[in-house]
Amino acid sequence: MDTRVKAKKLGLRERYAAMTRGLHWDTTYQPMDKVFPYDTYEGIKIHDWSKWEDPFRLTMDAYWKYQSEKEKKLYAVIDAFAQNNGQLGVTDARYINALKLFIQGVTPLEYYASRGFAHLGRHFRGDGVRVACQLQAVDELRHFQTETHAISNYNKFFNGMHNPSHWFDNMWYLSVPKSFFEDAYSAGPFEFLTAVSFSFEYVLTNLLFVPFMSGAAHNGDLSTVTFGFSAQSDESRHMTLGIESIKFMLEQDPDNVPIVQRWVDKWFWRGYRLLTLVAMMQDYMLPKRVMSWKEAWEMYAESSGEALFKDLARYGIRKPAGWDDACEGKNHISHQSWNAFYGFCGAAAFHTWAPSTSELDWLTQKYPESFKKYYRPRLEHYAAEEAAGRRYYNQGLPQLCQTCQIPMFFTEPGQPRWIAYRETEHEGETFHFCSDHCQTIFENEPDKFVQSWLPVHQIFQGNCFKPDANPADPAFNPASAVLDYYQLNQGQDNAEFKGSPDDQNFQRWGGGQDPQEAQL
Amino acid sequence: MSVTAIGSYSFRPRDTVEKFPAPLLYVGWDEHMMFPSALALPLPLETPFQQVIQQVLPKLYSQHPDFARIDWAKVQWFRGGTLFTPKLQGTLAEHGFKHKSVLRFRTPGLEGLRGSCG
Repeated sequence: MDTRVKAKKLGLRERYAAMTRGLHWDTTYQPMDKVFPYDTYEGIKIHDWSKWEDPFRLTMDAYWKYQSEKEKKLYAVIDAFAQNNGQLGVTDARYINALKLFIQGVTPLEYYASRGFAHLGRHFRGDGVRVACQLQAVDELRHFQTETHAISNYNKFFNGMHNPSHWFDNMWYLSVPKSFFEDAYSAGPFEFLTAVSFSFEYVLTNLLFVPFMSGAAHNGDLSTVTFGFSAQSDESRHMTLGIESIKFMLEQDPDNVPIVQRWVDKWFWRGYRLLTLVAMMQDYMLPKRVMSWKEAWEMYAESSGEALFKDLARYGIRKPAGWDDACEGKNHISHQSWNAFYGFCGAAAFHTWAPSTSELDWLTQKYPESFKKYYRPRLEHYAAEEAAGRRYYNQGLPQLCQTCQIPMFFTEPGQPRWIAYRETEHEGETFHFCSDHCQTIFENEPDKFVQSWLPVHQIFQGNCFKPDANPADPAFNPASAVLDYYQLNQGQDNAEFKGSPDDQNFQRWGGGQDPQEAQL
Repeated sequence: MSVTAIGSYSFRPRDTVEKFPAPLLYVGWDEHMMFPSALALPLPLETPFQQVIQQVLPKLYSQHPDFARIDWAKVQWFRGGTLFTPKLQGTLAEHGFKHKSVLRFRTPGLEGLRGSCG
């Protein structure tokens, strides 16, 4: 009787090759161009897909193992947090508004990213890049789920978190992240990689994650911190994919360089504009502050970005066109954004407030060039008005940038006294922009951006009322009807923080103290 | 083709004038960023300029302490970036305004809360 010889187990490297490259074949019944129709029309020339260096050699089975270990830890913490009423242990209930912004504006992007990478994971003809995109698609879906779970405990106790998907599709300020990502995933696969993997994940992601996660740590929010740790190792893989994909395109053909440069210009600027929301969160929404937006920008964008673009110079890539304007904006954008939300928060699903005197002092110290001169007086005015029983709300609807869809509150670079206005004509129509860079993005692809779903225009066109709304009724209140269409609970989700149900409940529950003590 | 696309790709702009109850006007008060951006509103182009001053602007801006102090004879008016002198009885259309034009005004001597442009 023969002894059965056990086949030798494959090493990790061989297994990886077998599970990825080994599963690829060139089609013969149908031409490859028909099977992979999307990866040539952008003009990117790839001569040799095998030159793609896999940024991380992960097979599916190893991936499940890693991720399930991380999830076990994460969900243990989330459970413990809920059982110990961890939501009462945060610094104060204003902090919760940073989480609202996260679940409303960031978490849905994870889902969009998952869809985008799943699409790429099918449509590149190179097997290595397909596998990398498939794994990232699973990561992103996981982030969407874990963020939703981590924040769901807060949703039981606080307003403004119960309807993020509907809000993401309809609410005016959420058209900023939504349009950013829809622009990316309606582009071709190479542009998507440049937009999401390179410009966002590689160049700018630290500015998104570090402020939120260290902000959570400083403010006693253990469940969000643990989610952050659980996502961190995934994020570093995503960054590796970002840099690998850009180098691959640049090395394959010199004709790719100007195309990639245009995308880098575009997506750096779009990402930077999107981060305006994070800048405001960091400077205004964390009761215990970590660092100012300006400091974070200097640390994560200026110093590491300079080094990166020096490195890419050998391929003929220069710094993004908007780089200097973005660096100049570090003194202003968080204040300009908070100012806009302070005035328009009657229509937002989170609260705003005038900062306390000690917070104004902190901002004065962190922004010596701009805060005292331009921003402190109006915040003090707001506080005085509020104390006199006249909390200021803006009575109109803002003009929006056709490209980034942010209200046009940004000032001229180097001249914070003047709002920046840009406009262009296209086929007889006028379009408005917040900056030269948003105008350039439009002018490169006007047929895409003439379709922008600008929330303010949609309201005036009558597209943001429920079907049973009756504008002919003399009692019809258009502002209230729009909030109704947004499915926003008026008097709970929106407007001033002080005296809001969140504020009152948190105090009533003894929040802000040690949770054990609060229960006694 | 003005967009990178896999096939032919051409769309009408989403915000053409016939979709609105009246043409859109954007109004911005320079150096008063308590109103963080220009404000948008539908307003018939037959509206006389005087009515803009007397009825539209107070609704949008009277919350600002500078508003009551405006000397309307000294105000500088801009259509987009172009300075013009309005005729009070003239309509917006007669002053060259159309759908999605920007009306900006500057109030010399009034530079926002404590001179901060706020």
